[in-house]
Amino acid sequence: MRETTGSKAFRVVVLVILSLFTATPLYVMVTSALKPLGDVQGDFTWWPSNLTIQPFIDIWTTVPLGQYFMNSVIVASSATLFSVVIAIFASFAVSRYRFRGRSTFTTTVLATQMFPGVLFLLPLYLIFININQTFGIQLVGTRTGLIITYLTFSLPFAIWMLAGYLDNIPKELDEAARVDGSSAMGVLFRVILPVARPGLVAVAIYCFMTSWGEVLFASVLTTQDSRTLAVGLGEYSTQVNVYWNQIMAASLVVSVPVVIGFLLLQKNFVAGLTAGSVK
Amino acid sequence: MPFALIAPAVVFELLIHVTPMAVGVWMSVVKLTKFYIANWSAAPFAGFDNYHLALDVNGALGASLLNSFAITCAFTALVVSISWILGMAGAVVLQRTFWGRGFFRTLFLVPYAIPVYAGIIAWKFMFQKDTGAVNHLLADNLHLIGAGDKPFWLIGDNAFVAVVVVTIWRMWPFAFLMLMAGLQSIPEELYEASAVDGARPFRQWRSITVPMLGPVNRVLVLVMFLWTFNDFNTPYILFGGAQPPTGDLISFHIYSASFLTLNFGFGSAMSVLLLLFLLLVTGVYLFVLNRRSRRA
Repeated sequence: MRETTGSKAFRVVVLVILSLFTATPLYVMVTSALKPLGDVQGDFTWWPSNLTIQPFIDIWTTVPLGQYFMNSVIVASSATLFSVVIAIFASFAVSRYRFRGRSTFTTTVLATQMFPGVLFLLPLYLIFININQTFGIQLVGTRTGLIITYLTFSLPFAIWMLAGYLDNIPKELDEAARVDGSSAMGVLFRVILPVARPGLVAVAIYCFMTSWGEVLFASVLTTQDSRTLAVGLGEYSTQVNVYWNQIMAASLVVSVPVVIGFLLLQKNFVAGLTAGSVK
Repeated sequence: MPFALIAPAVVFELLIHVTPMAVGVWMSVVKLTKFYIANWSAAPFAGFDNYHLALDVNGALGASLLNSFAITCAFTALVVSISWILGMAGAVVLQRTFWGRGFFRTLFLVPYAIPVYAGIIAWKFMFQKDTGAVNHLLADNLHLIGAGDKPFWLIGDNAFVAVVVVTIWRMWPFAFLMLMAGLQSIPEELYEASAVDGARPFRQWRSITVPMLGPVNRVLVLVMFLWTFNDFNTPYILFGGAQPPTGDLISFHIYSASFLTLNFGFGSAMSVLLLLFLLLVTGVYLFVLNRRSRRA
């Protein structure tokens, strides 16, 4: 199909506007991270005149960034692992069984997406403290508490997305395996999961990104030892000086792993979204 | 069998979502002020006092809640509509294959992939009065304002503009991603057939693209509405502790009202009202859409 001049011009205009809007903060982040402190405290310049990698060295000593990084990695990967496993079983049930309470379950799970975080932040805090007093399990100020909280944040969307994905896998596959003598679990693990791999990857990306970026609950549920990057990054500006160059450098360091991971796996993510939303 | 499969999900949802919700509702009907925080189960029953306080628009607390609600409505309307327009424009121009298409798709997804706080902090730096890129661009590069009149962006009236821009920056790539995924399911033949009939690009967009994207749009608009209305991160990171009156979004308003005055009963009452509002809007939205799709 031939393209008209008008639609080509429209495309150029749209791409220029969207690219400038998207890229400017990224450009500012990268260039400012390469400037010495004096240059980010004066008038802004688009082109850095004194390039330095010092901010990337200083970020690790100004605040204990390495420790926050470890905390974030542990919390986000554990929450992702548990969330995906739980979502696999739940979405298998929703997609393959008709049972009492099925629609109540799916509706409730999706409705939790609507809850304002501020409504259950404080109750959750109080419940965690009570659990500690009753059972002696420390959940406030530990990574465990944060892992449990985050896995439920991504769970609703994970179940919804994965159930949509499983619905697209023909039931004839299950039946064929059943005839060959597979149990329900055998069907799930040997037949469905291998086919659903793109959906699983999409769900895992979503869970990891959700946990990696969460701020509100991390600010209340963590202490110095269990602090994650999302909260720890704020410490660069509570010092006497606001180290904008170090803040930008640290932002880059924490962004690069997730951005690269997401961009590499974006095809899976799009496939997972399509399966969930066209139902 | 199915019950065993959903049991883990149910247990965690009960622990983290449902039980705290119930506790939150209970908190909204007790007098849980700072005097009872240490021994919160002893807080006296307050009935609907907290709700009266929140809904009394003549009182100071009610008036500021109403103000915050109005700001959040305007904020959400702007963010959702502009994000949708940008996402749609991006998805449509990338629908056709051309050299460099993969690059633009990747670039546009970065704001969505980047951790929330990293993106917002970059904007916070750009919005600084004397050292920021925004004022530098407006005053020194474009000369739209005098070099001496650089405005504050994160304090005062401009804060509303700042928070809207930052939220759109983070939100539009999600619209782009969903719409792009939806466009892939539209068969190319539809466009070819209509082009043979002489349909221009805009006409094709209106009579093929938009209707075919119906199911995606239904989910997309609702999800963007809920996320934007509940958004806490953007004002929290952008403004820090002191929110300017024009950037007083409702989640942030409830958070600071609860933690500044330590009146958690009142804070919970405001949260419950917010939840009821969101339930009402979602219910009406789904009802209207279901009726319309049944008629069609």
